[in-house]
Amino acid sequence: MDAFWIILTGALVALNGALLGSFLLLRRMSLVGDAISHAVLPGIVVAYLFTASLTSPFLLLGAALTGLAATWIIETLNQKAKLQHDAAIGLTFTLLFAIGVILVASYTGQIDLDMDCVLYGEIAYVPLDTITLASGLDLGPKQVWTLGSLFIGLLGLLLVGYRGLSLTTFDAGYAAALGINTSFWHYALMAAVSLSTVAAFESVGAILVVAFLVGPAATAFLLTRDLKWMLVIASLAGILSAITGYYLALWLDGSISGAMAVMTGVIFAVAFVWQMWRGR
Amino acid sequence: MDALTHFLSLSDANVRYVVIGCVLLGISSGLMGVYTLLRKRALLGDAIAHAVLPGICLAFMLSGVRNTWVLFAGAIITGSLSVYLVDLISRRSRLKPDAAIALVLSVFFGAGVLLLTMIQSSGNAAQSGLDKFLFGKAAAMLPEDLWLFGAVLLGVMVVLFFGYKEFKLLAFDKGYAQSQGLPVKALEMALSTLTVLTVATGIQAVGVVLMSALLIAPAAASRYWTHRLSGMLILSAVMASIGAYIGAFISYTKPGMPTGPWIVVVLSVLTGISMLVAPNQGLLARYWQRRKHRDKILQENILKAFYHLGERNGSQALAFDIKLLKQQREMPEIRLKSGLRSLVKEGSLLDTQFGYQLTRTGLEAATRVVRLHRMWELYLSRHLNIAPDHVHEDAEGIEHLITPELERELELLLDRPGSDPHDSQIPYTKKDRN
Repeated sequence: MDAFWIILTGALVALNGALLGSFLLLRRMSLVGDAISHAVLPGIVVAYLFTASLTSPFLLLGAALTGLAATWIIETLNQKAKLQHDAAIGLTFTLLFAIGVILVASYTGQIDLDMDCVLYGEIAYVPLDTITLASGLDLGPKQVWTLGSLFIGLLGLLLVGYRGLSLTTFDAGYAAALGINTSFWHYALMAAVSLSTVAAFESVGAILVVAFLVGPAATAFLLTRDLKWMLVIASLAGILSAITGYYLALWLDGSISGAMAVMTGVIFAVAFVWQMWRGR
Repeated sequence: MDALTHFLSLSDANVRYVVIGCVLLGISSGLMGVYTLLRKRALLGDAIAHAVLPGICLAFMLSGVRNTWVLFAGAIITGSLSVYLVDLISRRSRLKPDAAIALVLSVFFGAGVLLLTMIQSSGNAAQSGLDKFLFGKAAAMLPEDLWLFGAVLLGVMVVLFFGYKEFKLLAFDKGYAQSQGLPVKALEMALSTLTVLTVATGIQAVGVVLMSALLIAPAAASRYWTHRLSGMLILSAVMASIGAYIGAFISYTKPGMPTGPWIVVVLSVLTGISMLVAPNQGLLARYWQRRKHRDKILQENILKAFYHLGERNGSQALAFDIKLLKQQREMPEIRLKSGLRSLVKEGSLLDTQFGYQLTRTGLEAATRVVRLHRMWELYLSRHLNIAPDHVHEDAEGIEHLITPELERELELLLDRPGSDPHDSQIPYTKKDRN
């Protein structure tokens, strides 16, 4: 049963990552996703200081706001201070992450926040933290519920906003001419990325979040030119990495999130070699 | 204060190692950062930093010892591999370099974490400290580490010094370097090898995640101050060492404070200051320039309004009040008043009891603007065949930008014309006739 919950958690992170990551990739913002996943740290710490709980909704909110702030800082540095885009990303997320680490160090007594855990999570503990009703009915791990509801929310966002999201992704100028608010969709996407990062960080850590944001989407990008198919293939590649990663970790007796991240790379490598062979 | 003097004297051996180590690493990454920034590969350092981890773990697993040099060799191998893979993926597929960097970074780091946990679960006693690479271990620097950092810095400096000209061409204009027959491939290889070396040592001060700050921040800050490569290199190295020094000091005064994050915060502050106050490129300087330009346009437009009023009333020696000026040219009263004040102050207008009146210098300046406006209109209609009723808008903008040199050329080209397409006279001042 534990294996099922762990794989389900990984698969949910993978699904969220695949859907959001596809849009990030097409918008050439994969590295912004990477930056957000690190930049949410000070938000998590500050929210944690106030609520003293790692599961409070304020934690999600605080971190999501930091993620949004990070994207705003990147845009401002780029446009107002004329800093080249990659440098703006690098400066922003490192500063925010550094502030987060300093905050953790300053409140070591009050924060039970393991820095290693932030980076690579503890997905093996997911099945231990379950929701139990008053009647004694076990509903399964809390993380699965959080990630699951986030996934349903994302699906809803996609159903409602598919036109807006895809139009602003492929041709922002055309979208603006049609009267679509491009910056609304930009920040909506960024907010979703921040939220899913924070929701996932406790179980899988920042690294697996980034791996799932980039790997499956990049694999799908090599295999299709159709956005809908890209979303489907990315989701399948993500789920496959979660399943195979779990058994790889079991076999090697190592970190499950690390192994899942490795599997996103292996699946990408297969797709990459295939498209090179086909392209010859 | 006591802590400061104790720190500055470097009498404590531990403090000495930390400070010297951080400064050495800072200088190497400050120098290499300039090149990665100029070549638009600022985040490649991030990929290398993450990719170093599996190399360190593999080296440890194969050798079984925690020797600085062995681990370093492993770090270089996977670090270089990551650079190669980023290049391969962005060359041989539709993926853009940024996606390739993000992909390589996360997969390599995932592999590193997997290996690290495998080592931990195997219970090898010597493994303690391997995970220090994640967040840096500045406080635990050893003399042998310093030798390694010094050797890397020396290598970086020697290669950059002897290849200065070639690397400069590559950094600013790769296409041109290629056309000049430079071995671009080899040069790029040299730069990425040096970057890998720098990153592999640098993460020991600030850790994996913050390494890119060490590469980016000093270089980005120096870019605001100068465009010259030599100046950027020196400034970047100086700023990186200041950041390393202050960061080490802050973490020294408060036990338990991590060194790496403080170095990053100090470097970010230095970059922020540069962004604000640097001459020419800084935000304040650019704001100031914009304001000066706006004021100049306002003043010239007011002078022009005086000229037009004088022209209509038959004399440039008349005084006009604000009401008349506003009828002549629509503008907000506050702006008009402030423009008038500064024109009086610089001696272009006289504030008389009947209103404002052009002085001799004011008249000259006003005449010049009107002349430029009308000459430009004539130029557009005569040489570009634009209809006379379409030339005014363009001239309204260009009249503030034409330099004296351009003015002379226009005059020559148009053969010192007498009137514009609307049959208004093109005015010349006495000084122009001589």
